[in-house]
Amino acid sequence: MSTFVLLTITGLGLGALYFLIASGLSLIYGLMGVLNFAHGAFLTVGAYAMWFTESKLNGVAVLPRFLLGSLVALVVGALFAALVELVLIRPLYRRHIEQVLVTVGLGLATTALVVSIWGNDARSVPAPTWLGETTTVLGAHIPNDRWLLIAAALVVLGGLEAFLRRTRYGLIIRAGVENRAMVTALGIDVRRAFTLVFAIGGVAAALAGVLSNVYFSTVDPARGTSLLIFAFIVVVIGGLGSLRGTAAAAIVVGLVQQYANYYASTGLGDLSVVLLLGLVLLARPRGLSGSFA
Amino acid sequence: MKRVVVPVVLLVVLAFVPKLAIDIPLVFDGALNTPGTLQLLALCLVFGGLAMTYDLLFGFTGLLSFGHALYFAVGVYVVAIAITKWHWGFWVAIAFTALIGLLLPVVLGAVSLRVGGIAFAMVTLAFAQAGSILVLKNPRGWTGGEEGLGVDYTALPAGLVGIFNTKNLYWIALVYAGCVFAIVRWAVASSPGHVWQAIRENELRVEVLGLRPYAYKLMSFVLASFLATAGGVVYVLLLGGATPEVTTANFTLTLLVMVVIGGTGTRWGALLGGVLYTWADQRLGDASSSHFVSSLPPVLSTPLQQPLFVLGVLFILVVFFVPGGLVRIGRVRRPRTLQRLQEAMQQ
Repeated sequence: MSTFVLLTITGLGLGALYFLIASGLSLIYGLMGVLNFAHGAFLTVGAYAMWFTESKLNGVAVLPRFLLGSLVALVVGALFAALVELVLIRPLYRRHIEQVLVTVGLGLATTALVVSIWGNDARSVPAPTWLGETTTVLGAHIPNDRWLLIAAALVVLGGLEAFLRRTRYGLIIRAGVENRAMVTALGIDVRRAFTLVFAIGGVAAALAGVLSNVYFSTVDPARGTSLLIFAFIVVVIGGLGSLRGTAAAAIVVGLVQQYANYYASTGLGDLSVVLLLGLVLLARPRGLSGSFA
Repeated sequence: MKRVVVPVVLLVVLAFVPKLAIDIPLVFDGALNTPGTLQLLALCLVFGGLAMTYDLLFGFTGLLSFGHALYFAVGVYVVAIAITKWHWGFWVAIAFTALIGLLLPVVLGAVSLRVGGIAFAMVTLAFAQAGSILVLKNPRGWTGGEEGLGVDYTALPAGLVGIFNTKNLYWIALVYAGCVFAIVRWAVASSPGHVWQAIRENELRVEVLGLRPYAYKLMSFVLASFLATAGGVVYVLLLGGATPEVTTANFTLTLLVMVVIGGTGTRWGALLGGVLYTWADQRLGDASSSHFVSSLPPVLSTPLQQPLFVLGVLFILVVFFVPGGLVRIGRVRRPRTLQRLQEAMQQ
């Protein structure tokens, strides 16, 4: 029983990480029709910004260092993503294939740049000691960082839902996902929403970078790409452009991965996730939910 | 006439390369007939051929697959495992690999082509990822996991082993690239080839004309995958071992980069892109340790040490400024006004 609880909470934590990456991917695809292959690079940039800030603050107490590092990561993630949209994506407006290709090139180049500056080796990232300790729930010793992951994902989900439902920009984004041509015809410049969506995606991905630093307690250049593949799977299973679908799919993927890895054999979790994707797509080509949040 | 003469002349010239003791400074490290240069040239030819098989899918049929690496990896790993772990004879292993290389894309293609567009890209990615995970999981110690698997060279024909026989491997790679070029040209010009290009332009219209796009797409998928498997066999003979990098999604992305840099859906684009990319990838690695690069300020020299950074940036530049790829440089562009008109009509 205690193992099951531990697996469930860890699976939810992992799902939370996937959701943070996938939510941005899903919004960007929903609004702009661009599958963003540079999203893993956003995560990497955020994760390294956090590590770099922390390493420059040697001698400061761990908690302020950690918080400041995370803050810098989020700001850098937002700026980087917005810059990418303005400089690389916007000039290729309406040319979807080219936009996707540019994000592919950017993803490869950014990872290579990080490798050239800081090397391939994983670097340890200091985090408050509380995150490394465990809490006992129903007899299971749960590492505390899992709670942080889940809480962060819930905050982002709630925040995005509120933003999309209650604000003017949220309304424009939702309308744009549904019918972009109509929004433009009504005289609203939907392109400003593009930059905004990219910035939001960048913040969420950078947050995922920070939290993956905590979860793995190291930072390395390859993680962005490997997490991105699972985020793609989550987005597609959830139905491209649907925030709630993405959240549900993230939970399913995280749990399936954990259970299969433990109860069947190591590595089988990843395999069952890709098989799940295949099955879902063949049964329902539009993903679990075809509509937007 | 020119369509046949140019490739044949090129093929003949390339066939004599191992006999030429010519030094081309900067382009290659040693003379053309040294094993190091021949190995690099052979690698360029294998990837040139592989890029052509990817172009058959992406450039000529309009199928964006993220799982092409899987079929290349089948060629690499099945041969290596059959020879090294199962101790099969060389030709039996090749025949078995050919069988797998034909059956696997028939089955997986039949399944994944039931969906189109992004969903197709994702299903192929999922299958390829499953293959990648399987290789890393190292079932029964067959694949060697992260460390890869060296081929048992005592089981190979004597002419394919040893540094003095690099020229034989070069010729095999040349034959591979030549065959893929010929087969792709012939297939694209055949009547199913015309249907593939029609599907790329407008699938619905093909359906309305009473043809079944599914069968034609499957044909293209199986042919491209089988040729990729053949490339994997040449690759594993050339390098003498298998590494898990060839199974990854990043490997498929580099194929996409090659094809787009060269020019999609053209006669020479994919071949050119594959050769140039591979050459640059290998030579930039060497150049990074050269005197010139290390004398640059660190802001420049640090990124230049990573070939993938240079190639990624180059790729973005090509997408922006040479949208048709390198082979379309210098061709007459359509007048701007005409393009604008067409775009306006599409809106």
